Amino acid sequence: MAKHVLRGVTVVYVLFLLVLPVALITWRTFGDGLGPFVEALTSPSALHAFKVTIVVAGWAVLANTVFGVGAALLLVRGRFPGKRLLGAFIDLPMAVSPVVVGLALILVYGRFSPAGGLLESWGVQVIFSTPGMVIATVFVALPLVVRAVVPVLEELGDEQEQAAHTLGASHLQTFVRITLPGIRWALGYGIVLCLARSLGEYGAVAVVSGRLVDQTQTLTLFVEERFQNFDQPAAFAAATALALIAVVTLLLTKLLRPKDRIDGN
Amino acid sequence: MTLEVTREATAITARPVRRLTGGTAAGLGTAVLYLSLIVLIPLAAVVWRSAGEGPGYFWRSVTTPDAWAALTLTIGASALVALVNLVMGTVIAWVLVRDRFPGRAVLDTIIDLPFALPTIVAGLVLLALYGPQSPLGINLAYSRAGVVLALLFVTLPFVVRTVQPVLLELDTEMEQAAASLGAGPFQTFRRVILPNLIPAMLSGTALAFTRAIAEFGSTVLISGNLPFKTQVAAVNIFSQIEGDDTTGAAAISTVLLVVALVALITLDVLQRWGSRRG
Repeated sequence: MAKHVLRGVTVVYVLFLLVLPVALITWRTFGDGLGPFVEALTSPSALHAFKVTIVVAGWAVLANTVFGVGAALLLVRGRFPGKRLLGAFIDLPMAVSPVVVGLALILVYGRFSPAGGLLESWGVQVIFSTPGMVIATVFVALPLVVRAVVPVLEELGDEQEQAAHTLGASHLQTFVRITLPGIRWALGYGIVLCLARSLGEYGAVAVVSGRLVDQTQTLTLFVEERFQNFDQPAAFAAATALALIAVVTLLLTKLLRPKDRIDGN
Repeated sequence: MTLEVTREATAITARPVRRLTGGTAAGLGTAVLYLSLIVLIPLAAVVWRSAGEGPGYFWRSVTTPDAWAALTLTIGASALVALVNLVMGTVIAWVLVRDRFPGRAVLDTIIDLPFALPTIVAGLVLLALYGPQSPLGINLAYSRAGVVLALLFVTLPFVVRTVQPVLLELDTEMEQAAASLGAGPFQTFRRVILPNLIPAMLSGTALAFTRAIAEFGSTVLISGNLPFKTQVAAVNIFSQIEGDDTTGAAAISTVLLVVALVALITLDVLQRWGSRRG
């Protein structure tokens, strides 16, 4: 009896909070067939938003992957005082509101700050431009790759790396031949999470981009701007596209979940 | 550094001496520099700016009627959302681990959807079902209930995903023993299962709370951002930035940062308490 009540409560809660809203928007988008969906997403503004999103997310994922692997190696293999503190700093972005991230970057890299002014005199505009959006995205997605890789590195141990060293392998060789294959599923998992977060970032990018239509507008900003301008079909189409990406991400992370992979090996 | 190497060499004579130390130092320097440029210096700048005009100005910025209303709404709604998650998250985790029914695997997968879905999309889908054009006839747009709904959506996975692994590890033998000694299902749950789950439940709740106080994207569309009524703190910060009052925005940001920090430190203490018990 209690079992059925709990099951019922769970199903109803998830249905009304999660499933029905997402299903409804998909239905509204595709209600009139695929044509309007494609049309709304191939308008010049939408295509431009796609392009900006991919550029920003691409750079952010690249930066976070390189930093993520390096930082994970450092946290697991390195020996230095203040390791816990470094770990805490890496996790910090999770607890910061995206809007605060945007404000923080404006204060440091904005035109009227010393650093921003200096960069501007070199011809680099950070805020209201791509570099600022990339930094904002890097900030919000920073811990994802690190946290995906750290547990697997810990579990792998360093015996094989040590053995490779004694056999005369260089650091680079050891990394490419031993470490990287060992963490590849976890790394893939982290990259997928990081990509999803980067594609979907809204708040931090809304602050630092200045939300200039056809210039710094990403796909998430496009959704909001179209909706506020009463262009529901375009807003729904872009939202559905982002939701589809999210579902694909979800399935990919299911496949790549590091825990299952290790058990499988 | 030399000291470190010798200590290592004497401690673990069987293993080759680690040659990474130089590399570790260089890597550490790079990582700290990178983190400083992207995370630490900007966050420090926020706190610095909020304190720049003195404590009086800070206090006035935080207690302007609209900022104060936004902060109290945010913290109140987040606390409520955390509580609902504490109960519902545990129930969902329980059903996912202990119950078997068709569709359970699908349910298990879609629980993570709020993590993958962009927040602005989350707000839009909720507005489609619970907005002015709601097919259910429920209109929560521009109301505080709408804010709570949006926060419930984005925080759904936290408690589920912290409690689930603990429940999976939990031995059912203890429950059987309790039952065979005459304990009813409720007694078994309260005396045997619940004590094991509480640390995970609380840490999931703390995570949900920190996420809720920071939330921006999902509340933008459904709340209508009415000052004094549905404007949450992050939106208030946003409108102050738009209005070029970065000092006021920095003051409220600092309050949010401090509240998140307190919640996370509490979480850390809870986890240690949990691991000591476990």
